[in-house]
Amino acid sequence: MEQMNDVIIALEGVTKCYGTLKAVDDLHLHIHKGEIFGLLGPNGAGKTTTILMMLGLTEPTAGSVQVCGYNATMQPIPVKNKVGYMPDSVGFYDGMTALENLVYIGRLNGVPESEVQSRARVVMEQVGLGADMHKKTATYSRGMKQRLGLADVLIKQPEVIILDEPTLGIDPTGIRDFLQLIKQLSIQQGLTVLLSSHHLHHVQQVCDRVGIFVNGRMLAEGDIDSLSGNLYNREGYATHITVEEAVVDTPALSCALQQLDAVQQVTVEGRQITISSTSDVTPILVRWMVEKGYGITGVQKKEYGLDDIYQKYFDNNLTGNTADEKSRRFFQKSFFKRHKN
Amino acid sequence: MKSLVVSFRNLSLKGIRTNSGGQAQLSPFQVMVHKEVADHIRSWRFIVLLALIVLTFITSMYVSLRNIKPAVSNISDPDHLFLYLKLLTTTDNTIPPFHVFISFLGPLLGISLGFDAINAEKNNGTLIRLMAQPVYRDNLLLSKFTGAMVIIATLFISLCLLMLGGGLLLTGVRIEPQELLRIATFIVFTIVYVSFWLALAILLSIQFKQAATSALTAIGVWLFFTVFYPIVVNLVIRAFLPDPSFLSRDEIAGYNEMILNILRVAPGQLYADATTTLLMPSVRSLGPLTMEQLAGAIPTPLPFKESLLIVWPQVSGLLAATVVCFAFSYYLFMRREIRS
Repeated sequence: MEQMNDVIIALEGVTKCYGTLKAVDDLHLHIHKGEIFGLLGPNGAGKTTTILMMLGLTEPTAGSVQVCGYNATMQPIPVKNKVGYMPDSVGFYDGMTALENLVYIGRLNGVPESEVQSRARVVMEQVGLGADMHKKTATYSRGMKQRLGLADVLIKQPEVIILDEPTLGIDPTGIRDFLQLIKQLSIQQGLTVLLSSHHLHHVQQVCDRVGIFVNGRMLAEGDIDSLSGNLYNREGYATHITVEEAVVDTPALSCALQQLDAVQQVTVEGRQITISSTSDVTPILVRWMVEKGYGITGVQKKEYGLDDIYQKYFDNNLTGNTADEKSRRFFQKSFFKRHKN
Repeated sequence: MKSLVVSFRNLSLKGIRTNSGGQAQLSPFQVMVHKEVADHIRSWRFIVLLALIVLTFITSMYVSLRNIKPAVSNISDPDHLFLYLKLLTTTDNTIPPFHVFISFLGPLLGISLGFDAINAEKNNGTLIRLMAQPVYRDNLLLSKFTGAMVIIATLFISLCLLMLGGGLLLTGVRIEPQELLRIATFIVFTIVYVSFWLALAILLSIQFKQAATSALTAIGVWLFFTVFYPIVVNLVIRAFLPDPSFLSRDEIAGYNEMILNILRVAPGQLYADATTTLLMPSVRSLGPLTMEQLAGAIPTPLPFKESLLIVWPQVSGLLAATVVCFAFSYYLFMRREIRS
């Protein structure tokens, strides 16, 4: 944690406009050496644009991007020397074997001819493709390609790796393995990792810190505990209790529960009782209900995960901006979800 | 047994290492050119084209060899002593000579090597991967161009060397230094001509997202210039031109010159002019000559330098067109945002 002062990626007031559309709006972001940062946001939030600006692949309309001490817009080559980037839909030359693809990238990065082959093999073993390195990449599955993409990034021995939607299109087991691999590599080699995703759970598994990014703006930033802590303060606590038989006298139960300390709201739906409160009252609730003779089959204290954090920040932001088609679709989705709840 | 295999593998790896250890480190540009050349050689598309051009070459050589004897012994032809130039140009009018074939097939070769240079990479998702490496963007364009040029140059140089060698073996006639120069220049012009179409195809491959669109557009341009352009020019000129019977001879010559100049907008015409002059040393001018200019001229072959001077504008034109295409490709590609 003493490394935390080492800022390796610094975005200052970065704005990117496409015509009238503001893809990224006055973004300030600092990423420290050795951390895994998750850039979290829905489709079309400007994640990829931000990443492209970090690599100098697109120019910011305003603001400055510093990566590894270089200005990414003015000096993209030294930045690309130190940063490995895996795009969201990574492609390979189908006519070549995986190893040849990797060796080609190695050569482009100036890996000495004498060690490029051996290094490629080592990296292939590292990402678990040792057995398939002589297969044509055309025969590779999506997950294998993703691993090969990671190998591609690692062969240049970068200081920072940027992964754009690395978990897209891989099956759940594959995702877990892949994220574990990233985490392991980050710890072993002291890499800084920036990964973007719209999958909250994936980010939650590996990231030290996340930034929630919606419509080109960073809405919240911090580790998951502090983000959910914020949410608890605002939302209070919620407890779900499932009882054996459907509650007959719903209003009576509601009223009785409302009398308890700190309880704000009670909703009863059949066998499900949801109680929200300003402090954690789960033990009191359970005790009270047992005393009243309810058969409790399940008690669940609501944990605020990234899902809720994301949903929360996202919903708050929607009032102003629904211009983007994609976000409108998101809006509808979250709208319906809320109603179901 | 396992350890044996392992040790063998180590041995072979070591062997590779020491072999390649002596090589200098290649720059990213050289690495990219290597890869481009390897890609072209392995592609079916190139093999098909190679077969097509080699077949054309063999056919025209066969025809010219059959007719070489009367052509060389024709005293009234001032070029009759240039056996190797005759080999390239003689025909019995059943099929066109090799350089005319190339003015048709060259574009096809250039287009087919370049039409998917950038957009195929983009569609495969390899472009963004390449751009994330520490290489300059223009190196990619340049390597695409250079890679294909290496292939084209090798192809034409080896074909012509084959022709020269075959001619030497079959006839035993010594090759004149001037002939060698002319043939070498012919090869250079051919390469420049194909490179123009290559540059155009690469430009279209940057502009259009689909490889099929860029291929069709390039072929459209080629067809327009080889087939429709002369027809259109003829139609328009005929509509505007005054009746030749009311014109003086000088005016007719002037109009002829103008028509030729308009036709020379087509790259194929430039190439045909240039190669004809080079391969037929007795060609003195590419425009109409007046009687006064011809008076006193003895029908002899021109020296190499004079022929080169005649075609210099043509070559400059082709080179300029190539450079314009290439510069425009740069303009389009250098600051474009690349997304997958």
